[in-house]
Amino acid sequence: MKLTGAEIIWECLIREGVDVVFGYPGGAILPAYDAMTKYPQVHHVLVRHEQGATHMADGYARASGKVGVAIATSGPGATNMVTGIATAMMDSSPIVCITGQVGSKAIGTDAFQETDVTGVTIPVTKHNYLVTKPDDIARAIREAFYIAKSGRPGPVLVDITKDAQQLSCEFDWESAAPKLPGYRPDLRALPSEYQKALELINTAKRPLILAGQGILKSGATAEVLKLAQNANIPIAVTLLGLGVIPASCEHNLGMMGMHGEAWVNEAIQQADLLIALGMRFDDRVTGNLKTYAQNAKKIHVEIDPSEVNKNVPVDVALIGDLREILEELLPSVKKTTHPEWWATINLGKGDAAVRDIQALPDSGHLYAAHVINDLCHFTQTLKKDTIVVTDVGQHQMWEAQYFRHEKPRSLITSGGLGTMGFALPAAIGAKFACPEKDVWVVVGDGGFQMTSCELATAEQEGIKVNVAIINNSFLGMVRQWQEFFYDKRYAATPITGPDFVKLAEAYRLKGLRCNKRSDVKSTVEKALAAKETVVIDFVVEKEDTVFPMVPAGAALDKMIRRPKQDVMLESGSDKDWEMPSSTLPNVFAEAKAEAVALNSRGKKAAKPAKPAKVTKPAKPAKTPARKAVASKSAKSNRR
Amino acid sequence: MAKHTLIAYVEDVPGVLNRIASLFRRRNFNIDSLTVGRTEQPGVSRLTVVVEATEHGARLVEANLYKLVNVLRVDDLTHKDALMRELGLVKVTVTPNTRAQVLQLVDVFRARVVDVDELSIVIEVTGTPDKIGKFELVLRPYGITEMVRTGSVAMARGHETMSANPPLVPAVLAPDHAHDSGISMSV
Repeated sequence: MKLTGAEIIWECLIREGVDVVFGYPGGAILPAYDAMTKYPQVHHVLVRHEQGATHMADGYARASGKVGVAIATSGPGATNMVTGIATAMMDSSPIVCITGQVGSKAIGTDAFQETDVTGVTIPVTKHNYLVTKPDDIARAIREAFYIAKSGRPGPVLVDITKDAQQLSCEFDWESAAPKLPGYRPDLRALPSEYQKALELINTAKRPLILAGQGILKSGATAEVLKLAQNANIPIAVTLLGLGVIPASCEHNLGMMGMHGEAWVNEAIQQADLLIALGMRFDDRVTGNLKTYAQNAKKIHVEIDPSEVNKNVPVDVALIGDLREILEELLPSVKKTTHPEWWATINLGKGDAAVRDIQALPDSGHLYAAHVINDLCHFTQTLKKDTIVVTDVGQHQMWEAQYFRHEKPRSLITSGGLGTMGFALPAAIGAKFACPEKDVWVVVGDGGFQMTSCELATAEQEGIKVNVAIINNSFLGMVRQWQEFFYDKRYAATPITGPDFVKLAEAYRLKGLRCNKRSDVKSTVEKALAAKETVVIDFVVEKEDTVFPMVPAGAALDKMIRRPKQDVMLESGSDKDWEMPSSTLPNVFAEAKAEAVALNSRGKKAAKPAKPAKVTKPAKPAKTPARKAVASKSAKSNRR
Repeated sequence: MAKHTLIAYVEDVPGVLNRIASLFRRRNFNIDSLTVGRTEQPGVSRLTVVVEATEHGARLVEANLYKLVNVLRVDDLTHKDALMRELGLVKVTVTPNTRAQVLQLVDVFRARVVDVDELSIVIEVTGTPDKIGKFELVLRPYGITEMVRTGSVAMARGHETMSANPPLVPAVLAPDHAHDSGISMSV
């Protein structure tokens, strides 16, 4: 069958099972777009920015487990994709990006809209291709899909010159099968390693499972739960592991790491065996590596050999597919109960119930945690599955702490790269993957403004996502760092935005505003009742803080604890946290030195000691009552 | 830190050298020398890379090289019985008085004279990188006007074939680990 290169692209996509692509046309990809009209079975979603296309493909991939596809033109179209590709790379998300390239004879001449896209994306793709002949298109695309979804998944880019799209050649799907002699996605662990792992598991007194996204990628939730149940091992999850282990599972302690609960991080530090499943010891998870889990032997089950011993030295490495490895291990794992270990952990949990802010009386203030907690409780009363897509920042951490995810793929978030602006486009992609599910976007007012143009995409496509903007008029997480580590010099963190309700209406969508806790439920109901995409502006306390927090580079159990609960209720804010008493990393000393240097440099400059005062919003008066409450509970409340 | 000699078989496709160079830069490894050439198999090139790295770092390089789709197999020859060879071309200024001395040195180093004119000699020398370094040292007093070295190529002795599996990165933390300075390197 003789076809043009452009037609071959679509033939290949259809054979790979693609039914929706996210893209933006342009000169160098025009032949492919022209050919698209002959393939109505593939739905094309016109995005408003190519970054959005990659995030949508990413969200689609994470919600469905299939490969997401994004299309863009050469030059600026392709470079706009880089952020989305890097996001997918860090979070091992399988996407294929197809970009147009200038004609093969024009390559290297600085032609209009020419960029060396394969060169630009080498460090942020799993692999990429430059295709200059129509004969090579089919194989490149087949290999791209195979590489993207096999082994440790990741993004693959296929850059196709305009002439390769225009010229014709014989299309033969069968002979275009992947030929990748150097690609090894199916590594196996050595039998001796299994023995060592079993010995460690069966003799451990204080074992702990670290559950990461690899469990989701491998589809090993059942096996992990079986391991936890058989040997009564507690589980700590990473941010991307949320939902992989049901929150209601009795073995699930919750999220670990920088904003993980204190008892989870303490359990890691006290454990004598860490069983790391499909996670990569990111610095957000380990804190200071020198003090990380020093009492623990470590078993690392991981599909990517280059992750083993990269950050944390391990005792046993089981390289390969997680599910296969666990299936091999499970029959030999001894049944145990570890009562003392559980007692230690439960002791650490302590006043957790008291701190469930849902149980608190309404003080009139609206906190982000309230919004997320109420959203969680309300959506769980519905019979429908809900996917929450979060952006990056404080709201992301609050969502991770307060939204209880019961099912895999119910949380989609940018973890490794921390890409602001990810949420809205990723949610649109997720909605295309799972039209039957409710999709919620939880996003800050900063991140939302980075990609809010994609509201137009949602409108044009007539799809419904529910956007909950956690609006605190600050780049909250950065503000929090400035509060803790830079003496509250709020440099460039106060942020304004449009009237989000009017913005939604300008896009012919529904806009709602909520600034009272008592209104949260009715607002959510109104949003769900609407047929179109709804943007809710949740106006929350401005200077609220995510607790607990392990400062970057500090030991995992040396965290800044939650302030006393009743104080938080009173002010919502920032006053009563305490720095851990142990030595902290030099960032503090550095920041101090920096500040001193700045202050002493030229006396005429205004002392920037407390510019924060200017930007600070009016706050509830510091009543004596509040102090009294604080001191009263000081004894009873450890945190 | 020590010098590690890695060899890699790679598919001979456009951009493969770029991928490898990009990997070294991205993972913060220093390349001492890098050579590429054809092998006995058509379509397969062989690369010799000398990197300055700790043992742990070298294993990470190796594991990361394996991650590249176009890399077929990798081997670290550092601790193996291996041949290392490099070629150098040296142009030395000579006078009628010094020519004989230079020729004598050429003889001692088993090098070859490949070009002579009234003012200079071009010498071709092969051997281990150390030997070429020494040769440069002894010629320097006569006046080296131009010099070029190819970088090492390496091959294991004997008939053992190379392993085609990625290595297990050993469980040691590099002594110069990021966290030693007390400053948090992560953001």
